[in-house]
Amino acid sequence: MTDTPRLSSHGAPGTTGFSQEPAIRVMNLTKEYPGGIRALEGISFDVPKGELTSVIGPSGCGKTTSLKIIAGLVEATSGEVVVNGTQVRGPGPERAFVFQEFALMPWATVLRNVAFGLELRGFGRKERESIAHEYIAKMNLTGFEDAYPHQLSGGMRQRVGLARAMAVDADILLMDEPFASVDEQIRRKFQEDLLRLLSEEKKSVLFVTHSIEEAVYVSDQIVILTRGPAQVSNVVRPGIDRTGDPQNIRRSSAYLDCVESIWVELRNYLEE
Amino acid sequence: MTLRGFRIPMVFSLVVWCAIWEIIGRLNLISLIPPFTDVVEALFEVIPSTDFIDATMITFQAFAIGMGLALVVGISVGILMGRIPAVGNLMGMWVNIFESSPLTAIVPALMAILGFGLPTMIVTVFLFSVWVIALDTQVGVERVNPSLIEMGRSFGASNRALFSKIVFFAALPELLAGIRLGLIRGLKGVIIGQLLIAVIGMGYLFELYSRNFLMPEFWALLIILFGFAYIASEAVAYFERKVAFYATSR
Amino acid sequence: MAVRTQSQHGRIRTSSWLLRGASILLVFGLWEWAGTIPVSIAFPRFTDTMSAFVEMLADGTFASAYAETIGPLLVGILLTAVGGLVAGLVMGLSPRAEWLGLPLIIVLQASPSAAIVPLITFLYGIGFAAKVFAVVLLSAPVIVLNSYRGITNTPKSLLEMSDAFLAKRWQRIWKIVLPAGSGLIFAGLRLGLAQGFTGAVLAELLITPTGVGDLITFYRAGADYPYMFAAIFSIILFASVSLTLLQRLEQRIFRPEMRPV
Ligand SMILES: Nc1ncnc2c1ncn2[C@@H]1O[C@H](COP(=O)(O)OP(=O)(O)OP(=O)(O)O)[C@@H](O)[C@H]1O
Ligand SMILES: [Mg+2]
Repeated sequence: MTDTPRLSSHGAPGTTGFSQEPAIRVMNLTKEYPGGIRALEGISFDVPKGELTSVIGPSGCGKTTSLKIIAGLVEATSGEVVVNGTQVRGPGPERAFVFQEFALMPWATVLRNVAFGLELRGFGRKERESIAHEYIAKMNLTGFEDAYPHQLSGGMRQRVGLARAMAVDADILLMDEPFASVDEQIRRKFQEDLLRLLSEEKKSVLFVTHSIEEAVYVSDQIVILTRGPAQVSNVVRPGIDRTGDPQNIRRSSAYLDCVESIWVELRNYLEE
Repeated sequence: MTLRGFRIPMVFSLVVWCAIWEIIGRLNLISLIPPFTDVVEALFEVIPSTDFIDATMITFQAFAIGMGLALVVGISVGILMGRIPAVGNLMGMWVNIFESSPLTAIVPALMAILGFGLPTMIVTVFLFSVWVIALDTQVGVERVNPSLIEMGRSFGASNRALFSKIVFFAALPELLAGIRLGLIRGLKGVIIGQLLIAVIGMGYLFELYSRNFLMPEFWALLIILFGFAYIASEAVAYFERKVAFYATSR
Repeated sequence: MAVRTQSQHGRIRTSSWLLRGASILLVFGLWEWAGTIPVSIAFPRFTDTMSAFVEMLADGTFASAYAETIGPLLVGILLTAVGGLVAGLVMGLSPRAEWLGLPLIIVLQASPSAAIVPLITFLYGIGFAAKVFAVVLLSAPVIVLNSYRGITNTPKSLLEMSDAFLAKRWQRIWKIVLPAGSGLIFAGLRLGLAQGFTGAVLAELLITPTGVGDLITFYRAGADYPYMFAAIFSIILFASVSLTLLQRLEQRIFRPEMRPV
């Protein structure tokens, strides 16, 4: 990664050595919004360290809600979230969030938006901007440093949000449908980019998506949620070998079978 | 705010302010501020007096005529500015300038041209309120989602139907905001006009009360005006809230 | 009202200078024509008004008059801007303050409080302080109300974002809440400036015969209508120039993306 020392990864002391400990452990989360809307009905799963776990489920089932609880942005009604061995009581520097609706500051340039997490942590201008430049380049946004969000396409805005989350160098990335607003061709390219970045940077990722194909293609583990209020329907490990050519992977029977079985499972929740 | 689990509606804080007023009045801190209860008492003397009834009649007349004109002109000009770019470009600058300039300065000129009577007051009300109505109407019309209009056309709506069924309703949130602000400004205008003319209506009464140092009566009159302004603007705000749900999701 | 500022920015960018020039010519032409008829003996021609304007500019009439008006206006507006912003912040961040303050502010901004101006003499005489009070009286409600609205209008997603990236309380206010609300806050300042101007002129017309307000009174009494109109013209010109400057300032500090290119 970068050679600059940075704030990151405050695992509980003495616990970081055990690689079998999950990055995130979600235990029996329930959430009831004011007004009596139940969004989560006791969900539990682990996100192993260094892996990509995706969450998939019918629209409105509570995916964003569970991600925000893990991020410490929303309080759970009951249950708990343990990150690197410590119980979550609010947002922390070891987690970074990519928002479904981007959440970019319309008055700030791409450069400032990307550097914003570092700005809040008190990094000097030079330092944070050089880090931001690095991720702007990795996200293929070079040349747009001085543009404002309203001048960007949806896909570009989403990449600014991704770069901002990457720039704070948290070891856990929480991503809410990061590729929802890009078309299919670009989406595939992003998936490749994401996989490459993850293998370079060794992060643990929790990734919400609507797309079964995407989930199967990028994930080490998939958490399937039921219709809201969400429960965990199943956790599968696609076990796809990603060493070859992307085109061949998408044609492999392991990949296709996995997509098919998840589709069959999710279809139950549509038909009721 | 809640007290022992009860939610107290916000307007009730006005009661707190009236109590503070009463205390300041009782302590005799400022000679100009009599206790609130004295003001309420004076209210019952002021309202039935012929002076007040006459002043109310002429003020209301000026206000109603001026507002009526401002509504008709403001809304039509606003629609034209919103629908026809050339008109918007031609008039936008002036509407913007007059919408936020101290029009009080114009009143003496009106007095010189139109005299000290009803016409000056009517024109004052009109000039105070017409610009903001035109401006907000324009914004509302400009903000109508083009796909809504295309939808209407694709279903074969005539121009007239397009306007009365789509543009009007889509622009309604801004239109109502403009009308509310116009009402508020019109009322301010009629009072400022009368204060400057000083021989008719409420302006005359204020002058009379303050010259004779009748403070309870002065504040009673002011409370009546405040109450009227508040009720009038809340009445429009009520309709605004009814359409607010789609103001953000067009 | 945020509505309006937004589209104003857009309009300024798109409207061509040509149309603007035509529009100015048209209005001044109409004025000249109406003065030539004349529609009223008290309605001077545009050209006469302009020569009076230039004369008053050259002989220092305006300079000395504005020297007396701008001081109290500036002091009053600065006081209200700072106080209004703080009051708006407190009301936006504390539910108790909101409960207590908001209804009062709503009533005050809807009301013709100009009627109180004549009373000011009893308290502050006819000097500097009286004008400052008139400025504050008229400008405060709209400034407080708009600051409050600006501060409570921050998009929830940006607040969540700042939480997720560990913003401290002051960072959240300074870097998110204020820029997000700056449109409404500055719209309030603009309206407040216009109102404050009204207050100053009203005080000068009604209670303290000084400054530009007094120029109007003076020339009206002498039936020197071109001079009276020149004074009124100067007020409107001065107000719109200062409002434009204020808008530039806003874009400079908080909303660079709205600066016309
Ligand atoms: N702030 C809130 N207040 C009340 N109810 C909410 C709130 N946020 C979400 N909900 C409700 O909780 C449920 C789950 O919402 P959530 O946004 O987590 O779903 P989701 O799975 O992310 O949906 P999508 O796939 O459309 O993004 C929905 O029924 C929604 O209406
Ligand atoms: Mg969601």
